[in-house]
Amino acid sequence: MSKLNKSSSELDLDRPNIEDYLPSGSLQDSHAKLRLRDLLDISPTLTEAAGAIVDDSFTRCFKSNPPEPWNWNVYLFPLWCLGVVVRYGVLFPLRAIVLTLGWIIFLSCYFPVHFLLKGHDKLRKRLERGLVELICSFFVTSWTGVVKYHGPRPSMRPKQVFVANHTSMIDFIILEQMTAFAVIMQKHPGWVGLLQSTILESLGCIWFNRSESKDREIVARKLREHVNGADTNPLLIFPEGTCVNNHYTVMFKKGAFELGCTVCPIAIKYNKIFVDAFWNSRKQSFTTHLLQLMTSWAVVCDVWYLEPQNLKPGETPIEFAERVRDIISVRAGLKKVPWDGYLKYARPSPKLRERKQQSFAESVLRHLEQK
Amino acid sequence: MGSASSVLTQYDIEEVEEHCDHLFTQQEIVCLYERFCQLDKNAKGFISADEFLSVPEFALNPLSHRLLKMVDGLNFKDFVAFLSAFSSKATLPQKIEIIFKVYDTDCNGKVTFSDLIEVLHDLTGSFMSDKQREEVLSQLLHEAGYTRESSLLFDDFIKARNLFSLQSSNDHKILFLIQILDNPSLKMEVEVPVD
Repeated sequence: MSKLNKSSSELDLDRPNIEDYLPSGSLQDSHAKLRLRDLLDISPTLTEAAGAIVDDSFTRCFKSNPPEPWNWNVYLFPLWCLGVVVRYGVLFPLRAIVLTLGWIIFLSCYFPVHFLLKGHDKLRKRLERGLVELICSFFVTSWTGVVKYHGPRPSMRPKQVFVANHTSMIDFIILEQMTAFAVIMQKHPGWVGLLQSTILESLGCIWFNRSESKDREIVARKLREHVNGADTNPLLIFPEGTCVNNHYTVMFKKGAFELGCTVCPIAIKYNKIFVDAFWNSRKQSFTTHLLQLMTSWAVVCDVWYLEPQNLKPGETPIEFAERVRDIISVRAGLKKVPWDGYLKYARPSPKLRERKQQSFAESVLRHLEQK
Repeated sequence: MGSASSVLTQYDIEEVEEHCDHLFTQQEIVCLYERFCQLDKNAKGFISADEFLSVPEFALNPLSHRLLKMVDGLNFKDFVAFLSAFSSKATLPQKIEIIFKVYDTDCNGKVTFSDLIEVLHDLTGSFMSDKQREEVLSQLLHEAGYTRESSLLFDDFIKARNLFSLQSSNDHKILFLIQILDNPSLKMEVEVPVD
């Protein structure tokens, strides 16, 4: 009666204890005798389930700001209309022209450099880096990006990776205009994919495919090779694995934290005053998202380059990842939630439910032993 | 999506308020509508089981599939009526009714020993053997003065005037769920976040 059945499934040591964040459903009074009521009272569990239906922290992470209408009245409405006319009729064409100009300059310099300087690798790489930084600056200008960088600029040193919180693909562009990072990204279709396979490839970027499970080992190997390489561009990783709405951070994947090198956190916080820079990839394509940015007044954000962190002795990569997530969340004023970003695409693993069942079963059996 | 109240008229809100016996305020109904639209991804007018399960906190709850049976495919009015049992203004019998419905898997109006075992199985999973569950439940039932053959009838307890009296006769023992729970202020409330 007192022997607890060991579960056949092994405990998933892969993630921090989610029970620390979620309300526990086990029996309250651990010294009282077990009564029929304790066993039959399912109200806490039902309350949790109903609570999850009414509001849950995971869905909140991916909520975009609803467009707030102004208080229309006689003078504000015409002013707003004027604003629309200026944004779509004046700013947007200007920005489109600037961006096109930027692309023309970039492409006309990039291809010659790429093909003609095949032999002189060092010079070619330096020029390519400069050109990528240039085109990213053009992008940022096309949204009138007001970016404040705080902290020491990333330096090109071996054995270091950069991690940042993720709100949209423009995070990459904003960071790239300052330093030519090599980034690890999901392979996208369309014109983005084309850019990925041509230009970004030359920077040393790594691609992965979320839907392939075998992919993880291949990517881990590529990461290791890149970091240990002598002349590679500094590697930028977004450990959340998905875009979050810049009010919360989801759990960091440990891949970036078990490479045995220094991790330099970067915190990015967007000011939503003019536009919500969160790219809700289920609601809009990247093109629509860019167009939305180009027809707003400005994109305002702060970027903090934070102090490099190392794995402390006795710390697991997961604890290290959580510690860095803490540093970034505090700096950018984001709330932490205990969910895996990939739950956007897949159901939660049954192991999480098993944890709850196990804690309840254990407390029942523990009570019985006290007879 | 624009603000939800532009799609929900004042008439709609009042109708829903009426339907849930005024257990939610109008403001809460507006917020619940926003939530409903958030979960109902393609505006079908109801939330499918799959969409409920896309909320990880719900999916990992051991009793989620039981609640899912009760809430799957409901339109907004019925959705609010279902959730009204969890409002702070709901009466104790209303809360007990939901608990009863969750237990009564075969919907025959009776909760028997096997129903209790099944719910206990959901709560403990593979961490207790069937034998252990039966033993624990039998033992506790015995201690409280019931047997394995006792069953709970929903009708009986709403007929009972004094909610805390135990009525038993020698040939059949009827469990009163309220007596079992013995908690005058059963805490089963959910707060609707009003932004």
